[in-house]
Amino acid sequence: MSPANKPNTMNGLYPHWRHRIYAILSLLFLLVIVVVLATAIGSVDIPFATTFAILLDGLPFVEVVTPTWPDALATIVLDIRLPRIILAGIVGAALAIAGATYQGLFRNPLADPYLIGVAQGAALGAVIGFLLPHGLSFASVPLLAFLGALFSTVVVYNLARVGKTLPMTTLILAGVALGALLGSLVSYLIISSGDKIHGIMFWMMGSLSLSQWAEVGVALPYVLAGTVVILLFARPLNVMQLDEEQAQQLGINVERLKIILLAAATLITAAAVSFVGIIGFVGIITPHAVRMLWGADYRFLLPLSVLTGAIFLILADLAARTVLAPVEIPIGVITALFGAPFFLYLLRRRKKAVF
Amino acid sequence: MTTIETRQVSLGYGHKTVLRDISFNIAPGEMVGLIGPNGCGKSTVIKALSRIIPHQKGNIRLDGKDVNAIPRSELARRLAVVPQIPLLPSAFTAFEIVLMGRNPHLGLFQREGPKEMALTWQAMALTGTQSFAERRVGELSGGEIQCLLIARALVQETGAILLDEPTANLDIGRQIEVLDLMKQLCAEKRLAVLAALHDLNLAAQYCDRLILLNEGRVHAEGTPQEVITTHNIQEVYGPQNCVYAHPVNGLPTVLLTTGNGKSRRPEA
Repeated sequence: MSPANKPNTMNGLYPHWRHRIYAILSLLFLLVIVVVLATAIGSVDIPFATTFAILLDGLPFVEVVTPTWPDALATIVLDIRLPRIILAGIVGAALAIAGATYQGLFRNPLADPYLIGVAQGAALGAVIGFLLPHGLSFASVPLLAFLGALFSTVVVYNLARVGKTLPMTTLILAGVALGALLGSLVSYLIISSGDKIHGIMFWMMGSLSLSQWAEVGVALPYVLAGTVVILLFARPLNVMQLDEEQAQQLGINVERLKIILLAAATLITAAAVSFVGIIGFVGIITPHAVRMLWGADYRFLLPLSVLTGAIFLILADLAARTVLAPVEIPIGVITALFGAPFFLYLLRRRKKAVF
Repeated sequence: MTTIETRQVSLGYGHKTVLRDISFNIAPGEMVGLIGPNGCGKSTVIKALSRIIPHQKGNIRLDGKDVNAIPRSELARRLAVVPQIPLLPSAFTAFEIVLMGRNPHLGLFQREGPKEMALTWQAMALTGTQSFAERRVGELSGGEIQCLLIARALVQETGAILLDEPTANLDIGRQIEVLDLMKQLCAEKRLAVLAALHDLNLAAQYCDRLILLNEGRVHAEGTPQEVITTHNIQEVYGPQNCVYAHPVNGLPTVLLTTGNGKSRRPEA
């Protein structure tokens, strides 16, 4: 082979990787812009520059700007809007990376938290929380949703296990069946819930309207821990895309990898869903969009999905609270309404196998 | 360098036993062919050696160590497998598939660096796969994928390579290229090579020793001259096959005649 068409391996970088590293940097930059933008827009419009200054001033250890704005603005930005935007970012990132992980683990492009019953488990837990006496209800909904998600994963895992192995098709079948069972229980409880039906339906469609720093503080550690674990296992997850036999022959303890990644993805999903309800579409579509734009390599697919998911959900939430203000649209409606056409555009433009 | 030893090994799936009392050794620098009719258990042997399926009885040792006691990643540093052409995830590039061969050498916190890149390009140059390194594997032909999988095995830098029907999807020119490459690597890097082969003539030309499997047992083992005899071949494959000496190098060569409709062997 002549040196002319030998691919450039300078700096030990594979050519595709440079594009993908630029993509990560660009998305990080875009994320910052989107956060500032989303914080500036709302029932009171705050100038972009002021918002940026308030945010900068709000960062710990940053003392470059002298406050020239009324305290009320700082309160709106830092205590009302920012926690909601940060939570939207965390949830978007969480759903996207969990979706990418499920898809990779099951080698199934349709895999998402719904497929193995995690979301239905969370929904059942949440609905039970809503039906508790009023005082108990508010605090217990996230906790019960979280427990419901973990419960359904453990049940599905044990149902699907054959000896010491976990065949992925059995897992999906068990998940679909358990998901249907839990889903019907949820429907039954909703119908018989009387005057609480509105609150439940709003949760089911997903909403960030009750977000405060406290929620951010609880959700962040779980999502962060799960994300770090998944990112560490990005290379083994790549090798798993071959098939289980080849993965083993390439040195991967497949059964252990499945348990670790399932646990991490479920933890992330549960933490996200328990606070904001069930937001569809982000987990399944974000990884596919990233795959189409930047390839299937999980070492890049995972961090790119985290950033894309965060940006997407912050923008979706911005639309949810501004388009029909003061009425808030369920965020799940927005994600599908804007996400689906964009995804279909990508799908038609690429016309190549993407999975 | 790696030595493979099996002693009185029985293999199968669940309670069903496919092969009984299999014993053989493969030394460094030796190329051994595994031959036998369809369903005789050639792939099963490869799966057992790479611990995809557990062996039911006996001992399988790599460098004197029981395979069951070797952790997966260490096993993958000692022994690489070139599978029968599998379905590869189509969105990965050829380069990315070969690079996966470095997985057993990297810890959880390590990332592929210049050394991994260099080894990958080198293996791709050796196997003639560099020209399509950037293409997605969904667009490659069976022969190209076969060479890619061999490159991946080389990148693993193991002492032993097992090949499952490495020539099944190749034209005769490519078959010779692939086996020449394996033979050369086997000699240069002192690899222990075990190849499950369908084609008896290729097996006779390339292998130092052959193991002929039939009806759940080792039917014959030895040099090509010892194993590929008219007697053995007719017993295993039926009476329409005869063995002659190759006109150029004298190695045994199997030629066949039509069975005139009477070729069907009785059911075992």
